[in-house]
Amino acid sequence: MMAYIIRRLLYAIPILIGVNLITFVLFFTVNTPDDMARMHLGMKRVTPEAIEKWKQERHYDKPLVYNKSAEGMTKLTDTIFAQKSLALFAFRFGSSDNGRDIGHDIRQRMWPSLAIAVPVLIMGMLLYISLALLLVFFRATYVDTLGVVLAVMMMSISSMFYIIGGQFLIGKFLHLVPISGFDPDDAWKFLILPVIIGVVGGIGGATRFYRTLFLEEIHRDYVRSARARGLSEMRVMFVHVLKNAMIPILTGVVAALPLLFMGSLVTESFFGIPGLGSYTIDAINSQDFAIVRAMVFLGSVLYIIGLILTDISYTLVDPRVSLQ
Amino acid sequence: MRQRDALSPLRLSCVVILLLLSGCKDVWNNPYPAKDDAANIYYSSFDERPKHLDPVRSYTSSEWAFLSQIYEPPYQYHFLKRPYEVVPLTAAAMPQILQLDKDGHQIEGNRETPAFTDYIIRIQPGIRYQPHPAFARDAQGETLYNAQWKGLQQVHQLSDFEHSDTRELTADDYVYQIKRIGFSPLHSPIASLMQDYIVGLKEFSSRLDLEYAQLQQLGEEQPWLDLRPFQLEGVEVIDRYSYRIRLKGEYPQFLYWLAMNFFAPMPWEAERFYHLPGMTERNITLHWYPVGTGPFYLSENNPNLRMVLARNPNFHGELYPHSGEPADVADGYLEDAGKPMPFIDKAIYSLDKESIPRWNKFLQGYYDVSGIGSDSFDQAVQFGASGEAELTDSMRDQGIELLTSVSTSIFYFGFNMLDDVVGGDSERARLLRQAISIALDYEEFISIFRNGRGKVAHTPLPPGIFGYREGNDGINPVVYRIDNGAPVRRSIEEADALLEKAGYPNGRDPDTGKPLILNFDTAATGPDSKALLSWYRKQFQKIGIDLVFRTSDYNRFQDKMLKGTEQLFAWGWNADYPDPENFLFMLYGPHSRVKHHGENTANYSNAEFDSLFDQMKFLPNGEQRQQIIDRMITIVQQDAPWVWGFYPVDFVLHHQWYSNAKPNLMANNTLKYKRIDADTRARLRKQWNQPIVWPVVLFVALLLLSLLPAVYLYRRHERSTAR
Repeated sequence: MMAYIIRRLLYAIPILIGVNLITFVLFFTVNTPDDMARMHLGMKRVTPEAIEKWKQERHYDKPLVYNKSAEGMTKLTDTIFAQKSLALFAFRFGSSDNGRDIGHDIRQRMWPSLAIAVPVLIMGMLLYISLALLLVFFRATYVDTLGVVLAVMMMSISSMFYIIGGQFLIGKFLHLVPISGFDPDDAWKFLILPVIIGVVGGIGGATRFYRTLFLEEIHRDYVRSARARGLSEMRVMFVHVLKNAMIPILTGVVAALPLLFMGSLVTESFFGIPGLGSYTIDAINSQDFAIVRAMVFLGSVLYIIGLILTDISYTLVDPRVSLQ
Repeated sequence: MRQRDALSPLRLSCVVILLLLSGCKDVWNNPYPAKDDAANIYYSSFDERPKHLDPVRSYTSSEWAFLSQIYEPPYQYHFLKRPYEVVPLTAAAMPQILQLDKDGHQIEGNRETPAFTDYIIRIQPGIRYQPHPAFARDAQGETLYNAQWKGLQQVHQLSDFEHSDTRELTADDYVYQIKRIGFSPLHSPIASLMQDYIVGLKEFSSRLDLEYAQLQQLGEEQPWLDLRPFQLEGVEVIDRYSYRIRLKGEYPQFLYWLAMNFFAPMPWEAERFYHLPGMTERNITLHWYPVGTGPFYLSENNPNLRMVLARNPNFHGELYPHSGEPADVADGYLEDAGKPMPFIDKAIYSLDKESIPRWNKFLQGYYDVSGIGSDSFDQAVQFGASGEAELTDSMRDQGIELLTSVSTSIFYFGFNMLDDVVGGDSERARLLRQAISIALDYEEFISIFRNGRGKVAHTPLPPGIFGYREGNDGINPVVYRIDNGAPVRRSIEEADALLEKAGYPNGRDPDTGKPLILNFDTAATGPDSKALLSWYRKQFQKIGIDLVFRTSDYNRFQDKMLKGTEQLFAWGWNADYPDPENFLFMLYGPHSRVKHHGENTANYSNAEFDSLFDQMKFLPNGEQRQQIIDRMITIVQQDAPWVWGFYPVDFVLHHQWYSNAKPNLMANNTLKYKRIDADTRARLRKQWNQPIVWPVVLFVALLLLSLLPAVYLYRRHERSTAR
């Protein structure tokens, strides 16, 4: 398995270089260094000299990817791409264009993101799987039909509706929790609403998905054998069916685990949660390339880690799978 | 025993439900700690994190909202008096202004144009900085936190420094800050402007650039350059409490700059402290932790969550003003006259990016003040029979008050005067611009897109700025005529007649015979802008002109403006200071965007206007200045380089417990004047926010009931025999 993991990690290097390059090209297609300078220096009384100075200080005055005027390898290394992007491979995120240390900001802001994402994932999984198993138990009855119709309805509603509706109903109308905000010393009361909304918002899609998985299993021979052995239906469902449907569940869940760090753009923005989701969207709005590239790189790394973890998890739930 | 166990969950549920139904007297949705309920704290929000908190660089309202409570320039605007009046803040008196000839001798009377002007400023003794580790010293009097200090590993934020101290504010600190304006790595937005006025600042900047480059060659990317040893010719310390600034020629508007944060004092110790090795890596920088003498200091800076200003224990003290406008007594703005400020102990600003939660928290009493978004406008404001904005009944019932003020800003629709079709000084182009000015119905625009929150502009000067004329004297005769004593927009027929005279009968291009096509360059993209763009198109269609939108992102739009490739555009300006020069300079030829990268975005140039501007700029407010401004206004109204657009009207709501709320559009340091009745707030918050639990209980009960058939079916399934 070790050889497999090492091989996958080596595969990751060209992928990450590619992701870096694509981010770089996309960003600088939309924003030139002059645009970035204007954005950072403000709208009023900005002189061309100040723009040049800003670019020079941050090394944005160099060619983008190829320096014709340089010699030898410096043709490639004395460029914005090399100087800004390659250090990421050592996880040196550097400073934002505002001069703040990005690594420090990421370490601070990942906790609020996790504080929402982890409970949503755990509670969501428990609820969605239970509901899906319930529908499977009542398959081909009115309960199943009603459940599927409700699930489709819930899937069709925008996440914004859940957020605004939840804030209105629970925060504004019933006065049960704060509408928005965050306090690290008293976090729970600010997390209740986004967590509830996160879980409820996912019911429709996830329940339907898991129901489909379980329906595929329910007619298998081992289920019939389990029933023949006199096991209760609860045990059949939650032990035998669930265990055998784990591979597709793990594919979705384990791959997403590392990405929990990255936060949710919309939820964090609406609830005023100082997480990494709002960090990224703020950086895009303020054309802070340093943060954008760091967050995209981090997202890619975490996704690759997630996929490797998924592969490993297959070996844990299915003895027939071995990684070579 | 078994039966008792089975009942336990039910009993527990009943207890929980009863507890919930009893409706505990505490509120549950309070986003602040309960212990602060009756504290003398001002609560507000911000939706954009301030980028910089260095007074030499900060230039946006979101930054000044904080900085102006912390830093103290020598002068400030009087809180209550209108027209706006500059008064001393840390200065002991208004500056002594001396006009000098080229040899440096004082000029008596108005015999000649001065070669130099000296501003001599004396500050009050005894003013002290907020407690800060930069001032901490050891027993030998040496700075405690220096490059040799070993404890940085345990430091994560400024409050982790164990020791702090203060020192007296001196004239050196003001001079040090002016030197910082000239230090190019700090990117002061007014550096270029001030280099044109402060004697020697340009040369000083060049010298510093060389010195800094040499320092950087020693290896450090951002080393600290101590500016104290470098002499700046035009700025000198006279004694511990006095300093002199020498300007080239004369620049009466300089006094306004002295009331801005750019000229606030900076202690050299702070710069040295923040440049200690390891500080930047910990994000402990001057941009994040300001050091000032003002009534508040930034006790918590987490702009991703909240920013907290706390009362500065070393504040020198200031009394609430004794005088204001005549109506201020009746409005209650003078009830605190002569009382020591600030009135509040702390101000907490929470990050709330979205307008809906921000508005709802204001209604719940968790913010003391709020603007009005378009989503909530109808809920808050209605227009009376006379067209006057007033609060809705629900707002009045809640004791909310509304304050409106015409902003010292303008949003205009511009013509690129370098363009072959709409630009230039020809009669044809002028008539075309005048016709478009009539067709663009800004009364309708304000009604549709601003919920009535705007005042149609007739000139570039907004109300409250010297030179603005009220009533019919101030109307733009090109676009309006007087009908029954009131201004009425000229008809589309009149616009058509102008177009015909211009050579575009019915809006048709004589070369092609087809409707004239004009291009509107805009960064307004996306679905939200669709209504706005279709409104513009409709306005042009009224005179038969086809409007084509050349949309792009804001970066490309700025590029077009710099290169002068746009044809029509919309733009705005917010006053730096309450002087007509700060608006009319946007039409001054030598400030054109394309040739000089200035703020004259229309690239308008008129020799007579420019000459009058040069005269007007140096005159004091008075009849002579007014006459010159009137003539300048007449010129630009006829030339119509802009459709004058509108002045925004600010609507601000505040709760009944918040007082001294008079809007001051020039001053930013107004937090010290505000008063909060914390007891009333606590009482009303409790009254407004009692939790309502029964719908939740009902929902849970229904959910449980709906599960009963499923439980029954399951049990039946389990008991049935295999089939």
